[in-house]
Amino acid sequence: MVTVELDKVDEIIDRYVGEEGILIQLLLDIQSELNWIPKEALERISERLKIPVSQIYRIASFYKAMSLTPRGRHIVNVCLGTACHVRGGPRIMDRAKQILGIDAGETTPDMKFTLERVNCLGCCALGPVVVVDRDYHGKITPAKVKEIIETCD
Amino acid sequence: MTFQELQNRAKSEWEALRNSTYILIGTATCGRAAGALATLEALEKELSRRSIEVKTIQVGCMGLCYAEPLVTISKLDSLRIVYHNVTPELVPRLIEGYIMSDDPCLELALGILEGGEEESPYIPELLRFEHELRLVLRRCGYIDPKNINHYIANGGYNGLEKALKLQPEEIIEEVKGSGLRGRGGAGFPTGRKWESCRNAKGEPKYVVCNADEGDPGAFMDRVVLESDPQQVIEGMIIAGYAMSAKQGYVYVRAEYPLAIECLQTALNQAKEMGFLGDNILGSGFSFHIEIAKGAGAFVSGEETALMAAVEGKMSTPRPRPPYPAQAGLWGKPTLLNNVKTFANVPLIIQRGADWFSSIGTERSKGTAVFTLAGKINNAGLAEVPMGTTLRELIYDIGGGIPNDKAFKAVQIGGPSGGCLPASLLDTPIDYDSLREAGSMMGSGGMIVMDEDNCIVDAARFFLDFTTRESCGKCTMGRLGTLQMHETLEDIVAGNGKIEDLDLLLELAEDVKAGSLCGLGRTAPNPVLTTMRYFRDEYEAHILEKRCPALVCSELIAYYILPDKCDRGCEHCVLTCPTEAIKGEKGEIKVIDQEKCSKCGTCLEVCPPEYNAVVKLSPISLLPSKEKGEVK
Ligand SMILES: Cc1cc2nc3c(=O)[nH]c(=O)nc-3n(C[C@H](O)[C@H](O)[C@H](O)COP(=O)(O)O)c2cc1C
Ligand code: FES
Repeated sequence: MVTVELDKVDEIIDRYVGEEGILIQLLLDIQSELNWIPKEALERISERLKIPVSQIYRIASFYKAMSLTPRGRHIVNVCLGTACHVRGGPRIMDRAKQILGIDAGETTPDMKFTLERVNCLGCCALGPVVVVDRDYHGKITPAKVKEIIETCD
Repeated sequence: MTFQELQNRAKSEWEALRNSTYILIGTATCGRAAGALATLEALEKELSRRSIEVKTIQVGCMGLCYAEPLVTISKLDSLRIVYHNVTPELVPRLIEGYIMSDDPCLELALGILEGGEEESPYIPELLRFEHELRLVLRRCGYIDPKNINHYIANGGYNGLEKALKLQPEEIIEEVKGSGLRGRGGAGFPTGRKWESCRNAKGEPKYVVCNADEGDPGAFMDRVVLESDPQQVIEGMIIAGYAMSAKQGYVYVRAEYPLAIECLQTALNQAKEMGFLGDNILGSGFSFHIEIAKGAGAFVSGEETALMAAVEGKMSTPRPRPPYPAQAGLWGKPTLLNNVKTFANVPLIIQRGADWFSSIGTERSKGTAVFTLAGKINNAGLAEVPMGTTLRELIYDIGGGIPNDKAFKAVQIGGPSGGCLPASLLDTPIDYDSLREAGSMMGSGGMIVMDEDNCIVDAARFFLDFTTRESCGKCTMGRLGTLQMHETLEDIVAGNGKIEDLDLLLELAEDVKAGSLCGLGRTAPNPVLTTMRYFRDEYEAHILEKRCPALVCSELIAYYILPDKCDRGCEHCVLTCPTEAIKGEKGEIKVIDQEKCSKCGTCLEVCPPEYNAVVKLSPISLLPSKEKGEVK
């Protein structure tokens, strides 16, 4: 990992030193800063906060909001929650997989896109829902998936 | 400043707004998904281009998600009109029409906004409001969630002010007397929980709000936090005072960035005004609230797992007792309630237990907040007195099923709930009636399925969900659900055996009995209810290899009706992603069943005047020539 990134990790750890119950929040901050959690970051936390790497790893691998592999520049979240499921979510997912040529949870080789399935984004009334980065798209059809993905640069 | 002074200041700000022309636009997550931010931008551009001084205020969600983006124009000395599905293109028309002249643009209007302040706002043109009773939702979509003065001017913090003059025991008596039961799923009597935590030995005590809202298809808590977060904070402060706690946490799921943002703003403002922090309103009582962000695990919503997560540990459940009220966060007595449970508290304190317990049924008091999702016209949110029937909720409020399709089932209570058939539509919504029907109140997610949804597929979907989300700690939760899921996979793929049905039932009972936490104990519910009410659909999949709803891809085939196919059109040929459709221009098109991935694109693109593509099930219905090509 480049030093700049480790500096950022250090900065985030600084905010939490001496506090209780911070591991999840700390990892989430690193995730949102770097878009993933590199092994070096786990080691750094372990070293500075005196927590065994195995314990940190267990948490980082348990939660879906944390990624231990690098992720693409754009995160395409397809909702497969119940409401979206009954309104055709699985077909939206199939289409997204086909367009991107990857499976859910994977990243395209050019690191442009990561495709994720999510359980519910809380906009069930407008399902099926796709969220790209922070933009919510409701009432999606397979044709619209293509449009949305193509407009990402 | 005293509470009176704060209130006066807030009221004059609100009055000034009400005595002006202003625009409300819903920009909660659902509004955004419908394009509200683009509409907002168009509004602001158009207003500034025409140099019109009219305030636009971003509000939360009124529960009318199907009509988003929702814009209300409140015109000085005239009506407040609510407009639906306001795209940026419609903005100039509205501004020219209703703001600059006196054309109310009725063709774009949903209705007139009435009420507000003392009574909950409503739209008389929408008959649904006659069935609703809005307590928790009453300010949602009406006030700016990021302006505490709007909250105070509309009755906010009256409950806290009153509570601080009472003894903690008196508050607990009031909550007990109200009959309020937890809104997070299980419906445990809130007053009893409060009393037991109050009486528990150990210092300090904590107050925790469960905003994990993990049930897919449920979004009430999100709407409350994005539309009126102060009422949750007020409820928590009152609870803190009643417990003599000093610290509270709100655990919000990571999938709700906007809710977290609104809540954080609300917390900061409450602190600035002296409702939170040291010496609240000069009472000598101090209380702080922090947000703990979830990290995307369904099981975190279970109370013991949630507390582990707040402590920064792996969020897996542990056996109870001890209950959180005895030994919760860091082993200390902890009061844990759902978002809506806390949101009900200020009104109970303000208006009294007798008022609250006059609403609802004998054993379920107050209102139920439900999401309406799936195959329903007025998808969104509703709040009704307990005891309202499912039929009223789905038809009178929800507007029934789109496209004249037939109702099949309603799923209530998330992955732990059940699917209820049409014959149970007159079931009243209360904790006990729903449980008797094999479902549960859950947190309030309701998903309607129509004739085009497959019940077996839905059961498989829920088991898929629970196997993914099971934390893996107990054997039944891990392996039992996995086995059930595999059996269901076999059935939807046409490989099921009739004995599987009894096996499934047996396994369901074992999983129910042998799981450590509520996740496993309730996971079989979707299977049990669907088997109880829709056994014929299971049998069709197994015995006839037929999916009655034409959903399960292994049991259906796409077929182009030769007499309906317009030979000249090539829509299906050109869009088929697997190039499975043959036929030159001028010829009848035929699907190569071996290449077909059953994506359904051809059915979607076939022009409605031909309607030539159909789904067949069982696959044996295919004419023999084409069947020959099926593996
Ligand atoms: C697997 C599982 C998930 C749960 N998820 C939630 C949730 O998302 N929100 C919630 O308020 N309660 C959830 N609960 C219920 C909580 O454990 C707890 O009973 C509830 O938050 C208590 O609050 P109440 O008394 O106000 O209802 C869940 C329970 C289980 C077993
Ligand atoms: S189920 Fe997709 S947003 Fe809720």
